[in-house]
Formats: sequence, structure tokens, C-alpha cells
Amino acid sequence: MRVRPKDPWPRRTVDWLVKNLFSSWFNTLLTLVSLWVIYFTVTRVWRWATETAVWAVIPANFQLFLVGVYPRDQLWRFHVILGVFAVLTALSVAAALNRDFGRKAMRWLVTPWLLFLPGSMFLLWGLPGSETLPHVQTSSWGGLTLTLVLAAVGIAGSLPIGILLALGRRSSLPVISVFSTFFIETVRGTPLVAIIFMAHLMVPIFLPGVTIDRVIRAMIGLTLFTSAYMAENVRGGLQSIPKGQYEAAQALGMSPALTMILVILPQALRSVLPSIVGQFISLFKDTSLVAIIGLMDLLGIARSITANPAWAGLQAETFLFIAIIYWIFCFALSYGSQRLERMLGLERPS
Amino acid sequence: MSDQAKTAVGAAGAAPNQSGDDIVIVENVHKWYGDFHVLRGISTRVRRGEKVVICGPSGSGKSTFIRTLNGLESHQEGRIVVNGTELTGNTKNLERVREETGMVFQQFNLFPHLTVLQNITLGPIWVRKMKKQEAAEIAMRLLERVGIPDQANKYPGQLSGGQQQRVAIARALAMQPKVMLFDEPTSALDPEMIHEVLDVMRELAQTGMTMLVVTHEMGFAREVADRIIFFDKGEIVEEAPPDEFFTNPKSERTKLFLSQILHH
Amino acid sequence: MSDNREQAARNGGPAGPGSGRTRVRPRPARRIRWDDPTTIWRIVIQVLFLAVIVAVGAFFYRNMTESLRSLGLTFNFRWLKLQAGFGISEGIAYDLTDTYGRAFVVGIVNTVKVVFFGIVFASVIGLVGGLARLSSNWLVRALATVYVEVFRNTPLLLQLLFWYGAVILKLPPVRQAVNLFDRVFLSQRGAYIPRFMLVEDIGGWRVFFIAAMAVSVAVYFYRRRQLMLQDRPGFPSVWALASFVVLMAGGWLVLGSPVTVDLPVLQRFNFEGGLQLTPEFTALLLGLSAYTGAFIAEVVRGGIQAVDKGQREAALALGLRPFHVQYLVIIPQALRIIVPPLTSQYLNLAKNSSLAVAIGYPELFNIGTTTMNQSGQTIPVFLVIIACYLSLSLLTSLFMNWWNRRLAYVQ
Repeated sequence: MRVRPKDPWPRRTVDWLVKNLFSSWFNTLLTLVSLWVIYFTVTRVWRWATETAVWAVIPANFQLFLVGVYPRDQLWRFHVILGVFAVLTALSVAAALNRDFGRKAMRWLVTPWLLFLPGSMFLLWGLPGSETLPHVQTSSWGGLTLTLVLAAVGIAGSLPIGILLALGRRSSLPVISVFSTFFIETVRGTPLVAIIFMAHLMVPIFLPGVTIDRVIRAMIGLTLFTSAYMAENVRGGLQSIPKGQYEAAQALGMSPALTMILVILPQALRSVLPSIVGQFISLFKDTSLVAIIGLMDLLGIARSITANPAWAGLQAETFLFIAIIYWIFCFALSYGSQRLERMLGLERPS
Repeated sequence: MSDQAKTAVGAAGAAPNQSGDDIVIVENVHKWYGDFHVLRGISTRVRRGEKVVICGPSGSGKSTFIRTLNGLESHQEGRIVVNGTELTGNTKNLERVREETGMVFQQFNLFPHLTVLQNITLGPIWVRKMKKQEAAEIAMRLLERVGIPDQANKYPGQLSGGQQQRVAIARALAMQPKVMLFDEPTSALDPEMIHEVLDVMRELAQTGMTMLVVTHEMGFAREVADRIIFFDKGEIVEEAPPDEFFTNPKSERTKLFLSQILHH
Repeated sequence: MSDNREQAARNGGPAGPGSGRTRVRPRPARRIRWDDPTTIWRIVIQVLFLAVIVAVGAFFYRNMTESLRSLGLTFNFRWLKLQAGFGISEGIAYDLTDTYGRAFVVGIVNTVKVVFFGIVFASVIGLVGGLARLSSNWLVRALATVYVEVFRNTPLLLQLLFWYGAVILKLPPVRQAVNLFDRVFLSQRGAYIPRFMLVEDIGGWRVFFIAAMAVSVAVYFYRRRQLMLQDRPGFPSVWALASFVVLMAGGWLVLGSPVTVDLPVLQRFNFEGGLQLTPEFTALLLGLSAYTGAFIAEVVRGGIQAVDKGQREAALALGLRPFHVQYLVIIPQALRIIVPPLTSQYLNLAKNSSLAVAIGYPELFNIGTTTMNQSGQTIPVFLVIIACYLSLSLLTSLFMNWWNRRLAYVQ
């Protein structure tokens, strides 16, 4: 076997430049226009960023962005949560890379991961009346924390409801099937803003006498909305299971319920995992809508900061900052989702 | 029917009145996929009217080789000349070569949004600038020749695999090519449909068409081929007429391959 | 008796299994087997389910009417005829004394306005962006990728607030408005664009227009006939369009322009003439178009890439020129793949227009929430809002089903 003959370095770069940028007169034109556009934008933005922009607004409100108005002396709880998260992630990565004990280690890690979300929320909530762990109202939760909590609860809650709705829609019992379809299609056809508003205004109406926290109402709205989309994703996964699987299970004498739990759902959920992650990314972005009902999530905090007379008129700087935060999370999640797909062998052959 | 049509239908490939003249010349061709050396110094010549069968284990480069002959794959070193035109990467040459060669793919690659008739007439109308009526006539004759004239207005999705592949052969023949290239034409077919496609290829061989066929169908090779080329690991290991090839293979690798493929 | 047997023998044996002469019977009707435990179980479950739904619904309904009663209201839709009592900053003719119903209509028109232009712009941006992502030019590809990744991974609400607060409101005041070729002016009070109006004496032009139409139709049929005689394929509509344009251009030279342009001109406090686009409308339009355009670009890219590689190879192997390969083989197949997700992006754009409530553009949702506050009739107003959006979704689904059926490959 011979090694591929490669042109010496200068020639190769020139070849690449010609092929990619200057292969035809039209391409050359495009290249020149693009270069001009880049130059124009970059110089303008750079000039603004270094001369006119007031960046002090970011460090001054850094804590607000991250945790909202959480009491200062209780911030140690966040350090605990972050620490636990770092440890769990490190262990998971080590388990994924290690071939010998990897499998067993992953199984041991499932329980801690499942307990992580409720555990963190409990830690942040505190115990009413306790001295060491005083209760902190959810109205004090804010910033990136609130965004993450809303998204996590939304996804966690929508998964079981979504599965139930998907099964209901495929059910052979007409009443259940009709109701599920009606619910799914109605929710999917309504803007999320309307649903959040509805939850905000109607939960107190429907349940008078019980004061439901504003954050909980937002969670209810987000969860209901996401579960309708989740139901459609799961339904797609269920439909992709070949009929032979049902038949094999039946031939073994399994009841419909056992078939569903042991054979069908595991396969369906595995194939649907990428779209579940995609749903989580959308949900993460959609949590910003709770700013409209006045909740202090990341966007809400940014808005209230720009409304503060001390920082008036600094929309560009503030919004740019939180845009970067959102972007980092979303991009990391979608990158992780692609790796996940590849790991699960679900990638479509190109 | 016009003269042009008659010629196209009768012997799409021209009677071998210039036998002995090389229609495909391959000289020391090397190809790399990235850093993987997939074709290693391939040299061979194909005479007008010759039938060449190319076989070998999967990954040996035989499909890649046949796809370099009409420019679907590029080569980094060496010379390929088809019907007098050299494949250099120059687009004009590429188009000229593709007009004179016809290719039949393993996956048929029929255009699903067009009827069978439209699939066959697409090339003649848009490339050879033929009139629609004439192209349709040629197409119908070709459909008769491959045995399925009644499917003319159906869509590919309504046809069986064997029928689709026969339409693909008719589509390639409609361009009146000088060389027909077959890339594993029966590998994607159910067993009971293989023979109908092989029958068409046999008939085509009898009319004097130059054919290069990559296939595992050794029975067909024995019957039809003038020469069999055995590919392995990117090289031509052995080249011989069928009787010599099957009864007296010279290389160990050939012997190994034949034992695997003839005794399953 | 022997006759019958002979008859039967001649007919291929007595009637019976395998003789091919068993009488064809209709399928016996399905009867509900009351003794079958599964059937009973199924009915019981459904009845229970219904009972739970009804019970929960009744509970909610009772609570709702209670709370409405405490406000002195009942659950009805009569409020649609009541006077609205609030102003709307832009839209068709409306004033305070109009009804809530009228206010809703204004809102719907405003929604349609922004959704229509949003779809147009987003489609153009998305088409260009999708093709750019597939360009052979590395720089163009990189720019398109940056655009798509930035706009898809940040929340739409944030983008809208950014467009509104950091761009539009930051524009200079009217007196120092940004001047684009003396035709378009951008200021913090909105965008001022030229308005096109037909001239007073349009008579001559009307004649010309009709003549141009007639001639281009004639050209179309002439060219079609010509192609048929030559038996070649071609595009007569291109010829027709070309002749129409040429004739109209000729008319321009002869009669002058058929439209006058009403340019915005800066007077003492504001621009006069031209069309004024409010900052809210501009920000919403820009934000929705840029956001949805990024998603459409991905849909277009995915559609073109999803066409099987073998299709391009087969077309090339036939000797078709690259232009023909794109236009005759790839694009028809890509369109089929693109239309369903494209339609759902359009639907998303329509639903996302409700975010206008955050920047004060008076579209359907915004007016709905104001009505809710004023009238106190939360639930009925919500029902109206949801009904509007749902009918939009329904129309879109119907269209999609029709389109899919029309385009589906015959199997």
C-alpha cells in the first residue's frame, strides 16, 4: 500500500482556497461580498463593544443573574448542589469510558441521578421552621436557577404524562382515545404564552382557597404544554416498533400490559431519546416566557435590570449576556444529543 | 419510425465492425479514499463488443473501479480513456463520456416522481435533444425488449424489484451508449427475480454491446463473459477467459474466493 | 337425479370446498358478546374514565362560576357586544366606543398582517440560508451556519426584546433618522417607507395593462403550440412572463409611471406622507422572520440532503447537465420532503406572534388579555382566543393532508 501523494504545503493551501472560495466568477463574487459583510459587522460591533457599551452592568448583577434574590447567607446550598453535580458527572464520564466496570458503575449511578433533581429542589426549598435549613420561598428563586428548575421539572413531569397520553391516543377504547387526541391537538394548537397565562389566571379560579405559588403555576403550564409534544414524540417511537415485536411477546403468552412495559416501551423510548433531548432544548428556551407573567427567570431578571433607573438603556449589553448563556446551554445540549445518537447507534446512514 | 429510432432499437451498441479496437483503456490507475489506498495500479483494456465480468470479495474495490469509468468516482493517478475521451476532471470530457456510457445500479435508482416511460425518455429528450414522440417510441420498443411494455405508465413504486431493474436497463439503453456498466445489478433482488434480469443482460450481450459487469452470478459469468477479472484488495489478481478461470485459477487468492463462492 | 349428478360433473364436481363454487356469503355481523369479560371490562373502564372527567370538570366549573359570581358576573359571551373602552395603538378603523368583538377583529387583522409578511420574509431568508448551507463556497457556508446556530439556540422572546429594546428604540430620533437613499427612513418612532399609489388618470395605463396581459397570454399559447409541433419540452410561461415585462416596460417609457411614490418627507415634528411602520410592528416582523428563517433554512437543507444520493448519480450517469439534474430530479423530490415541516414552521410563526404581548403590538393575544382584564371574563375570553388559534391549526392540517395526498408517490 502506498501513501497518498500530497502536494507540498503551500500548494495545498492555494488549491483549497481556489476550490472553496474562488472556483468560479460567481463564487469569487460571493467570497468578496461575504468578506465585506464580515468586515462591516465585526468593526461596527467591536467599536460598540469597546467604546459605547457599559459592561459594568454584568458583574454588578452577576448574582442576580445566577440565583435571583436568593438570600445571601444561604448561597452555600448552591455550592453543595454544584459539587454533587460535578461529582456525579465525573463518575458518569469515568464509567462511560471504562470498559471493565463501566456497565455496573452506570447502574449504581442511576439512583443518585434520579434523586438529584428532587434532592436539589428540596435543599433549595428548605424545611419550614428549621434553623439550619430555613424555608426559602420560590418567589425568591430566580435567574438561571429558576430557568433550570423550570426546565428540569417540565421535562421530568411531562415524560410520564406524555407516555400516558401517547398510550391513550393509541388505545382501542374510543372514549380514552378521543379524549387523549383532543387534549393533545388542543394543547399543540395553542401558543405557549396562552397556556402559561391560563395556568397563571385559572389555577386560582379552579382551586379557590388554596394559594398556589406563582412558580408552581408556571410549572403546571409548562408541563402540560410539553407533555402534549412529548406524547407525539413517544407515539412516533411506538409506531416505529415493528409489529413482530408485539407478536413475539404475545406468542410467549405475555399480557398486553407486560408487553408494553417490558418489550415495547423500552425500545420506543430508546429510539425517541434524541427527540426528548430536542424537546428539552426547546423547553429550556421556552422557560423565558414566564417573564411575561412576571416571574424572575433569567430573562425576567434581565428585563427588570434594564427597567432599573440605575441601569437604564443597557438592553443591548444585558440581553447579549444572557443570550450567550442560553446559547451555551442549548448548543452544548444539542451537541451532546448528537453524541448520544451516535452512541446509541441511531444515527441515520448519510 | 425514423432512422434514428430504428438504429437505437436494433443494436444499441453497434455491430462490432471494428473489433480489436479498444473502447476502454485503463493505465496504472490509483485511487485513495482519504488515506486508504483503494485502487492500486489498475491496468486493463476492453475491446469493442467484449463482455468483461468483474468479481471479487466485498471491499476489493471492484465497485469503485467501475464507477471511475464514468466519472462517478475520481482517480488521483493514472489514465482512463473511454471511447476516445480521457477522463481528466474536465467537465466537458465528463459529460461526453457519460453520454456514451450507460450505468445500471445495484439500487436501481429510478426516479420515483416520474412514470416508467418518463424515466426512460428523460435522457434522450434533455441530453440528445430528441423529439418527445420519437423518444417515446424508442422507450416503448426498449420496454418491449426487456419484456414489460404494459408497465409504461406506472410509477416505479408500483413495480417489483426485477421489473424496476429492467426499466433501469432500458433507461440506460435509451441513450444509445457504446459501453454498458453494471454495478452488481442483481444483488438487491429477491432470488426469484434474478433470472429475469439476467435474461435481459444475456440478450443484450448477444447483440454485440460492450459490457462490464460487476457481479457474484458465476453462472452468468461462465455463459456470457469473454473475460473474467478477479479483484482483491484493490488490485487485479487474475484475468482469464471463463473456462481457464474456473478450472485452472493461477493465484491462491483466486482459488480461495472461488471455493467460498461456488460451494455455499 | 342422474341429470343433476351429470350436471354437477360437467361443472367440475359437486358444490363443496375447493370446487370454486361455494356460494359467496356476506360476513356475519359482529355481535356484542355480553358474556365476554373483556368487553364488560372495556365498557366499565370507559364509563369510569368518563365519570372522573365529568366529576373533575364539574368541580372546576362550580369553582369558576363561584368566583365569577363574586365579581358580579356570569359565564356568557354577551360581553362581545359590550363597549371595549380601551384604545388600540394601530390597526384598522376602531375607537374606544367600539365593542370587544370589534376589538378582536382588529387584533385578528393585525395578527394576519404580521404573520403574512413574516411568512414571506422568513421563507426568503430560509431558502437563501438553506442553499447557502449547501454552497460550495466555504465562507458562505460558514456565515450561514453561524446565522442558523445563533438564531436557533436563543429564545425567541429574548430576540424580540433585543430587536425592540436594543435596536429599534436605539435608533436616532426622528430629526436625525437614518436615511437610506432618501427613500426609507429609520428612527426610534418606527420605519418610514414609500407608499405606492396609482396615479389619478389611470385610464391609459389600464388599457395598456389589458393589452400586455392579452399579448402575453397569446405568446404563451403560441410558444406552447410551437413546442408541440417541434415536439420539444420547454417553458412557455417564461416567454409569456418575458413579453409581459417587456410590454410593461414599454408602457412605462411611453406613458410614464402608473404609480406615484409618496415619499416620506420630514416636516417639523414628524414625517409626512409615505407609510409608517410602528416600532412594535417592525421589531416583531424582524424578530419573527429572523428566528423562523433559521428553522426554515434547516428544513430546506435537510430536504435537499435527504434526496437519495443514488438519484443524483443516476441522473449524472445519463449525461444530464448539473442544472437539469437539480431541476428535473433533485428539486421535485426535495419539495415533497420539505413541505410538511415547512408548514409546521409557518404554524409556529403564527403561534409565536402571540409574543407580541411583550412588546405591545396589538395582535390577537394582546387584545385578548386586555379584554380579559377589562371585562373580568377570563374563561370565555380564553375560549375565544384558543378557538382562533385552533382554527388556524386546523386549516393548516387540512391543507397539509391535501398536499401530502396530492404529492405522495404512487405505491
